[in-house]
Amino acid sequence: MAQCVSLKRTPLHGVHLSMGARMVDFGGWDMPVQYSGIVEEHLAVRKAVGLFDVSHMGEIEVRGPEALRLVDHVTTNAASKLCVGQAQYSGLLYDHGGFVDDILVHKVTGDEFFLCVNASNQEKDFEHIQALNSFDARVEFASDRYSQIAVQGPFALRTLQKLTAADLNAIQYYWFVDGTVSDTEARIARTGYTGEDGFEIYISPGEAARVWNELLDAGREFGIKPCGLGARNTLRLEAKMALYGHEIHASITPYEAELGWIVKLDKGEFVGRAALAKQKAEGVRRKLVGFEMRGRGIGRDGYEVRVDGVPAGWVTSGSPAPSLNRNIGLCYLPVSEARPGRKMEVMVRNLPVEAEIVATPFYKRAKIA
Amino acid sequence: MTYPENFRYTKEHEWVRAEGDVGVVGITHHAQEELGDIVYVDLPKIGAQIEQGKSLGSVESVKAVSDIYSPVSGEIVAVNENLGSSPEKLNQDPHGAAWLVKIRMSAPDQWKSLLSAADYQAYVGAES
Repeated sequence: MAQCVSLKRTPLHGVHLSMGARMVDFGGWDMPVQYSGIVEEHLAVRKAVGLFDVSHMGEIEVRGPEALRLVDHVTTNAASKLCVGQAQYSGLLYDHGGFVDDILVHKVTGDEFFLCVNASNQEKDFEHIQALNSFDARVEFASDRYSQIAVQGPFALRTLQKLTAADLNAIQYYWFVDGTVSDTEARIARTGYTGEDGFEIYISPGEAARVWNELLDAGREFGIKPCGLGARNTLRLEAKMALYGHEIHASITPYEAELGWIVKLDKGEFVGRAALAKQKAEGVRRKLVGFEMRGRGIGRDGYEVRVDGVPAGWVTSGSPAPSLNRNIGLCYLPVSEARPGRKMEVMVRNLPVEAEIVATPFYKRAKIA
Repeated sequence: MTYPENFRYTKEHEWVRAEGDVGVVGITHHAQEELGDIVYVDLPKIGAQIEQGKSLGSVESVKAVSDIYSPVSGEIVAVNENLGSSPEKLNQDPHGAAWLVKIRMSAPDQWKSLLSAADYQAYVGAES
């Protein structure tokens, strides 16, 4: 591998190397793609618990008397509906309705919001929000002050509970508390990108390696496995969670991506609202659907999709689904064709392979008792 | 990992072992490690003519698909059919039971110019 550009590293980089992780360039970051193997790690998260370094993710803080007004102006979801301690999935859009990024908005106090954004978009997001800040609010690029570790799986709660006095059972899905983990300050959010129960914790970078190791010790009795971005991708795909650069990007709107639920047109003016209102009134022409391969092959990102032999769309993500023993994927198709049961073909290295549109998500966990 | 002394290797991570004028071809331990969990192996048909450095098939893992480049030129005389139903064997025994194809070499000295075990070891050591 050429090392012409120096890749960015998380505070856990040395830990990954010493644990024998296989590293890859992920959007300019030298990140672990796998430790023991994608399938093994994937199944550990579904059945036990997995640990992910997601410190490459960016953090942006918005503070001030009009912090809420700014956040509500730049995002699609209704930030005004958030309670202190609650988190929300939302879209950051351009005027034309395409995605700048998809983000998590956390309401820390009445005048403080904490945004978790995609690694490769963090500088762009910051500049985008900053440029739209005509409010009495301060926008701070805070990525250097946080490391993020995700603890995901049915035994995530029992693993993390050993290291914190916070009552994790009391944190509802998409809520968070500020407390401590392994005696260091931590923001503990019951969020994730795996389709499984779990937590994402934000800690000081200097403490990341120690906390990582203590989490591995705490989870040992449950069969915890350190996981790479490979398993993170197969897990999120089974749960049909969008990945920026694949399902969503600047030319895709939330309605096309089947993310209409994060668009609150009735909340008042926000960036992208006019374009979205128009698209909603006219109806979308294409939309994201899930498919399963029926023939032998895997439809991967960028592959052409044909309906009745005619080019009709493209695959955004595709992979074997380790929990389901099927080859699954997501693709954009004209709305007229986008219904479960519809047969289609994916061009796999110039050969048409049969596939079928299916209902999503591909995988849904049993409800937390 | 020690790489067999009697194999020769390519920088694209294939190996070849000569049995007379037949070259047994596979991918290296390093290659299977890089690929991760292998789910499909696509190989040519017996009788196909293959050129050195050209694709003879592909290996697909959970995360990606990769071409296999032939280390030698010649005619395919055997294909490891077991990999169709058990592609994971390629992760388990890439230098042994999970060979890919046998090629009747049209230029029987061609393989000798490939990397030795020591050179390949040094190459992947430097690469990773």
